[in-house]
Amino acid sequence: MTKSFDPRVNRMELPSNDDGKEVLDKQENWETYEVFHQKKRGDQHIHVGIVHAANPEMAILMAKESFGRRRQTANIWVVKSSAVNATSYNDQDIFETTPEKTYREASDYYCMDRIRKYQEEHGIVNRKEARRKKKEAEEK
Amino acid sequence: MNYSGEQLKAIKEFLYKIADDQLIIGHRNSEWTGLGPVLEEDIAFSSIAQDKIGQSLHIYELLHTLGEKDPDSIAFTRDAKDFKCCHLTEYPIGGYDFSLMRNFLFSHSDHARFEMLSASAFEALANIAKKYKGEIKYHIMHADTWIKQLGNGNEESRAKLQAALDTCFNMALGIFEDSEYVFELKELKVFDGENILQEKWFESISLVLGDSNLKIPDKSSWKPEYGGRKGQHTEYLQPLLDEMGAVLRLDPKAEW
Repeated sequence: MTKSFDPRVNRMELPSNDDGKEVLDKQENWETYEVFHQKKRGDQHIHVGIVHAANPEMAILMAKESFGRRRQTANIWVVKSSAVNATSYNDQDIFETTPEKTYREASDYYCMDRIRKYQEEHGIVNRKEARRKKKEAEEK
Repeated sequence: MNYSGEQLKAIKEFLYKIADDQLIIGHRNSEWTGLGPVLEEDIAFSSIAQDKIGQSLHIYELLHTLGEKDPDSIAFTRDAKDFKCCHLTEYPIGGYDFSLMRNFLFSHSDHARFEMLSASAFEALANIAKKYKGEIKYHIMHADTWIKQLGNGNEESRAKLQAALDTCFNMALGIFEDSEYVFELKELKVFDGENILQEKWFESISLVLGDSNLKIPDKSSWKPEYGGRKGQHTEYLQPLLDEMGAVLRLDPKAEW
C-alpha cells in the first residue's frame, strides 16, 4: 500500500482496498434524519439539512455539531426522513396556476384610500400616520 | 487575591495539570479528523477535540498572567518531563472503541472537576469553569449516548466496549493522582482535592455504565496508573509532542 503524507493514516495500518470490494455493506448505512434549526426561542424552526444516525438521540448529537456549531441556536428538531410525507414532483402541475392568483394576496387590494376616509369620518386616529407625522415634527 | 510564592506554585502546578490533560486528549482526539467512522461523527468528535484544546488555551493564558511563558511556548516547546497530563490522555488513539471509552471516562472527570471549580475561591479559574459548563455538558451527552448505544447494541459492540473499559480503567484512575500541594489548594479553597473528585466521577460513570450493560472492573483489580502528574510519562507522549511542535520549531520566531 502507498504511504500517506498524513502520519495518522500510516499509523492506522488500513487494509488494502485494491480489490475494489466495498468495505461497508449497503445495508449497514444508517437512516437519515431531517434537521430543523431554531435561532431564537419563539422563532420558527427552519429546515437546514440532514444527518445520518442510528436513532433519534444520535441524530440530535450529530445535528448539534453539523448545524449548530457555527450559528446562534436555541433549539434543534430532528425528524426521521421516512416520516416525512411529501408531494410528488410528478404532481407539480397542481401548483401551476398559483402565481396568477394574486387576488389571494392582501397586496392585490387597493383600499387604503377608503380606509383613511372611513377613519377620518369616524374620528379614528391612524396610528401609523400619527407616528410618521410626530417623527417629521421632531426632525424639524 | 495575592498569593505567596509557595501558594502560587501550588496553583500553577494545578493549572498545568488541568490544561495539559485537555491539550493532549484534545490533540489525540483530533487525530480522528478525516478518519472518523461516519462524516457526522467525524465532525462532532473533531469539534469536541477543538473544544478541549480551546479550554486548555484559556488556562495557559491564565498561567501566562501568573508569570509563565506565552501559551504557544507552553504548548509546543516543553518536553514530556515538563508535562503534567495523566497517562490516559497520552496513549495512541487505538480503535474507535478505545477512543470513545477514553473520552467518556475523561469527560466525566472534566465535567465533575469544572463543576467543583466553578465554586473555587480563585475567581479567574472559577470564571473559566463557568464559561465552559455548556461545552463540557455536550461532551458528556455525546460520550454517554455512544456508550449506551454500543453497550446495548449487539454482542460484538458490547464486548468491544467492555474490553475498552477494562483497558482504560486503571489509566483513568491515574487522573486522580494527588498533588503534593493538596493541602495548600484546599486551604486556599481553590480545589477540594482529587479524592472528592474521584468519588463524584465514579458515581456519574457508574450510572451510565450501569445503563449500558457494562461492568466496572472489580475493586481488587484497581491499579491506578500514576506518574503523569510528576512528569513521568508513557513512551507515547514525547513523539506526540515532537509532532505537535514540529512546525513551530521550524521557525520559532515566525509571525503567524
